[in-house]
Amino acid sequence: MSTEALEAPEVKEEVKQPAEALFSKRRRRIVADPLNEDNPITIQVLGICSALAITIKMEPTLVMSIAVVSVIVFSNLIISLIRNLIPGRVRIIVQLAIIATLVTLVSEVLKAYYFDMYKVLGAFVGLIITNCIVMGRLEAFAMANKPYDSILDGLGSGFGYAWIILVVAFFRELFGSGSVFDFKVFEAIGLSNFPTNGLMVDSIGAFMVLGILIWVQRSKTGYVEH
Amino acid sequence: MQRSNTYIILFSVVLTVVLGGLLSLASVGLKPAQDKQVELDTKKKILGAVMDISSIEEPNELLALYDKKVKSLVVDYNGAVVTTDTKGNTIVAEKVNIQKNYRFAPEDRLYPVFKFMNEKDSSKVEAYVFPMFGSGLWDWISGYLAVGNDLNTILGVAFDHKQETPGLGARITSDVVQKRFEGKEIYNEKNELVSVKMVKGEGNANLTSHEVDGMSGATLTGKGVNEMMVNYLTCYQGYIKKVKASRSSVAVN
Repeated sequence: MSTEALEAPEVKEEVKQPAEALFSKRRRRIVADPLNEDNPITIQVLGICSALAITIKMEPTLVMSIAVVSVIVFSNLIISLIRNLIPGRVRIIVQLAIIATLVTLVSEVLKAYYFDMYKVLGAFVGLIITNCIVMGRLEAFAMANKPYDSILDGLGSGFGYAWIILVVAFFRELFGSGSVFDFKVFEAIGLSNFPTNGLMVDSIGAFMVLGILIWVQRSKTGYVEH
Repeated sequence: MQRSNTYIILFSVVLTVVLGGLLSLASVGLKPAQDKQVELDTKKKILGAVMDISSIEEPNELLALYDKKVKSLVVDYNGAVVTTDTKGNTIVAEKVNIQKNYRFAPEDRLYPVFKFMNEKDSSKVEAYVFPMFGSGLWDWISGYLAVGNDLNTILGVAFDHKQETPGLGARITSDVVQKRFEGKEIYNEKNELVSVKMVKGEGNANLTSHEVDGMSGATLTGKGVNEMMVNYLTCYQGYIKKVKASRSSVAVN
């Protein structure tokens, strides 16, 4: 998080320079950092609640990922566009109002065109509002950066969240229900009596997969909590 | 930069109006599509209680099938057909909100009945589908129960729930559990209503025709299902008795 605060003055200097490359090194970092080294779930430990709740199967997880990515990107963009107009004293409420509006829109669209998923995800789409990742990005990045950078940051954080929950969902569905995207994997390879693990269907399974994931990731990146 | 209070208030008002307007636009604009989805969902469940509809992908095909096969009516607690509400508006069985009616006393509720007609002889009823509603462990559960022409043998059930535990109570929506109800009977030999009971535990042997195997780890959801079925079948008794009586009088004639 502190890196953004340091970058902010840097941005102002760059304004005077000739236009920065569309995918300059700095911009690539904005997208790439949250995918691994500054991952919202495994490093910042945000958005855990929904990561446990909706990762039983791949399909709802994918829909949830798309919903979260679009909410982060658009709220980042909107806040960044009006960042100089927002009064500092009510900025949190403004951020919340914009997130809530976007989430409600997503929920309404799902209800109209993807009703089965709407029923499965139920309250969790609405709970994107309280997903700390979204508001965290607005407060830490979009309030101080230009729209294009904010979109990139939203994409980075969104996909950083998405790939983790998709991996968790993959293992949970594989071992909990014996399928991937409702395709019965074990039956397809001739192991029709493969026992499914009830623990994986429960939230505990998500904790375990997530724990292992964090372990693997941290042993690779060498990240240590201070 | 410190802004004046007037600016903050103005900003908040404008923001609220813009966001509120956006949301109401979306809500109004998406309403028809949402209503259609809800209607489709209801009809899917009604059909699903009687037959396997997993092969039908196209929504319009499903709606056409529904229109062809299902005749619906609304009855009251005593089994008398109700066509208009207290304000004189026509009641559509598919639009009756079971959850809303659940809050009223059983005598004051509306009870939709969906009759599944025979494909060749459209005057013959193949199955009767009764919607029901009750409480599971965490929140509401609902269901559609299909009984055959004898108004006794269960052809199928389709349950739904709001908040039952995934992998435990939520299994009432799975085919495996719902299949257990098929062929069970709701009346005993003396023609008394006994409904069907989900027993405790899983893998029980020697189940009678009024018992189904339970769900391990979800006994309370099972209890909710049992209560819901007894409650609503009791409420539909008025209608069931009327149908039976009309049949026997026809037979005598």
